[in-house]
Amino acid sequence: MFSKGTKRKFSDGGEEISDESLLGARVASSYSLQRQSLLDMSLIKLQLCHMLVEPNLCRSVLIANTVRQIQEEMTHDGSWHMVTEAFCSAGQSPSERLVATEVLCRSREQDAEPKLFSVISYEGCCEEEVVADETLCSVSVSDTVSNVCLAGRMGQCWEKSELSGIERDEEALEDSRLGSGEEEEIDTEDGASTESPKTIGQVFGTFEIKNGSPGPDSALEELFSDVDTSYYDLDTMLTGMQSAPKMGPYDLLDSLAPSHSSPSIVSTPNCRSDLNELDHIMEIIVGS
Amino acid sequence: HGQRPRPPLVLNNCLLFLSGYAADIISTVEFNYSGELLATGDKGGRVVIFQREQESKNRLLSRGEYNVYSTFQSHEPEFDYLKSLEIEEKINKIRWLPQQNAAHFLLSANDKTIKLWKISERDKRAEGYNLKDEDGRLQDQFRITTLRVPVLMPMDLMVEASPRRIFANAHTYHINSISVNSDYETYLSADDLRINLWHLEITDRSFNIVDIKPANMEELTEVITAAECHPHQCNVFVYSSSKGTIRLCDMRAAALCDRHSKFFEEPEDPSSRSFFSEIISSISDVKFSHSGRYMMTRDYLSVKVWDLNMENRPVETYQVHEYLRSKLCSLYENDCIFDKFECCWNGSDSAIMTGSYNNFFRMFDRNTRRDITLEASRENSKPRAILKPRKVCTGGKRKKDEISVDSLDFNKKILHTAWHPKENVIAVAATNNLYIFQDKMN
Repeated sequence: MFSKGTKRKFSDGGEEISDESLLGARVASSYSLQRQSLLDMSLIKLQLCHMLVEPNLCRSVLIANTVRQIQEEMTHDGSWHMVTEAFCSAGQSPSERLVATEVLCRSREQDAEPKLFSVISYEGCCEEEVVADETLCSVSVSDTVSNVCLAGRMGQCWEKSELSGIERDEEALEDSRLGSGEEEEIDTEDGASTESPKTIGQVFGTFEIKNGSPGPDSALEELFSDVDTSYYDLDTMLTGMQSAPKMGPYDLLDSLAPSHSSPSIVSTPNCRSDLNELDHIMEIIVGS
Repeated sequence: HGQRPRPPLVLNNCLLFLSGYAADIISTVEFNYSGELLATGDKGGRVVIFQREQESKNRLLSRGEYNVYSTFQSHEPEFDYLKSLEIEEKINKIRWLPQQNAAHFLLSANDKTIKLWKISERDKRAEGYNLKDEDGRLQDQFRITTLRVPVLMPMDLMVEASPRRIFANAHTYHINSISVNSDYETYLSADDLRINLWHLEITDRSFNIVDIKPANMEELTEVITAAECHPHQCNVFVYSSSKGTIRLCDMRAAALCDRHSKFFEEPEDPSSRSFFSEIISSISDVKFSHSGRYMMTRDYLSVKVWDLNMENRPVETYQVHEYLRSKLCSLYENDCIFDKFECCWNGSDSAIMTGSYNNFFRMFDRNTRRDITLEASRENSKPRAILKPRKVCTGGKRKKDEISVDSLDFNKKILHTAWHPKENVIAVAATNNLYIFQDKMN
């Protein structure tokens, strides 16, 4: 069911690496791939979506906490890389581009700044069988077309304080209009459950619970099965980041662009652009 | 002691497939204090109340059947124009008030509004009005030549539901719990970030008793998931959080109960830590025992019983479906990991029940530590049929009649169950079907 990637020898360059460290490297690589998948999945779940009904705050908070956890861990081991848009493969046909890619690459209309997040699809990453170890879970991911890596560029492109300021303004505007103590709810909440499966299906291929999974032992064996090491090349391509300023999960959300109408997405009033307009109007009124 | 085999649970003859139910998913189930009435709320905002048939020597077989007593539309969908969002009419919770006169009262809540409904019977009608004719039209005055007093005549039983109070505009976030206080005068309602205390007679204001909303919403990491009043001490209530903690508060201590009196949390097992640890620790339901000495919490994989006098760990832990632990990533991907299962005690607090997937539900006997898995499905639900225990195969060779984890249907989830307050009668909601089971030995 899952085809295995071709084994590449590290010793091509004449170096000899011990089996143990290779094994360790494979485990680490596998884990970080799973972690990345989890991060991607979580961000997609959190993405702004045109839902008719208010999203579930508990679910959003839990997903956001998961994102933060992953972020912290990735920051810790220095694997929070910055990826530029240059990696977007121009030669990809639209059908191969993932819906999530479309959505997440789009910038806000009034945003003159360079894009904050790019979704990169890596065509040519061979099929690989990723089986989680106990740290994540035992699940098989078959990714037939491409792996999607979501990376963020933080720091100079965008400041957290600026965004908080915008939100405060919005709240103030709300309050003054209502004249009541009711505050603006988070409007950055999660995606429609009806859409996620489709999107995720496109992004991650098929998530399957493997049938007849015999147990943890075979899971470990599969873990050490042929992992495509071309991913290592990718890592070396990515530019490292100096330090990651603390970012809340809602900051990530705020930078995700609203999705434009597409067949799978119901088009409903775009709350975010309304708020941007409000902010704009506020600026005019205040004369700043 | 414990040698006599426990009788299996027997399906009573109640398979209630109301035609109106096909489209609507049941979202809450609750017996009243006597167990005579069973209320269900659904996704379409309707409430259906079932009443237990009286025992009759003539019809022994129909003893204890529940039949439809009343149906009414409790909540309608609304539209919040300010946020451009719909407010769902789905009934999140129903709680009965103790009966004080011939009528029955219940509270029903959707995401934003709570309503007090009066359900009353009418079996008499006044006839012979002086000023009105038979159809109720006013008669011409010059036609009236005699004086007569209206007489009460029997009529077919009619059950009417009327909204007596509407408690609105007090919740910015989605209401997840309501709980009637033991003083029978007040009740609390909880949403994701706040808990309010209401007086049943007063609809235009409520007291905010818990507020965990941070000044900066970006710092939000924890929400309230459930809340309940203590069954005997009207000043005590608990609320659970998405981080797996329970706080017990005393309303006598302060007007705003942001500071808890007791804090219940089980330390995390570091060996089983994963990215999903927090999510599966999130408590989806909290219920006091009838005695008031214990409380039970439901998280994604287990049910825990806590002694109110011991805060650092539960006294009992029951695994509901531990075999799902290795599937958490898939369950996260399909959002099942966020399913909110409820749990309930039996009348004597000796057993607890909760739901699972594949229309399975689980019951645990606290004394014998036995547990059983049963299935609520049409195929198994012929009248008077004995429910067969089910078993999930977690690995190795699958025995006959066992079902493997990978064959479980995660769309068939039992989130809502209720146990009769006095007898071994249980109500189980499986998506849009309601099953009522009764113990054979009852």
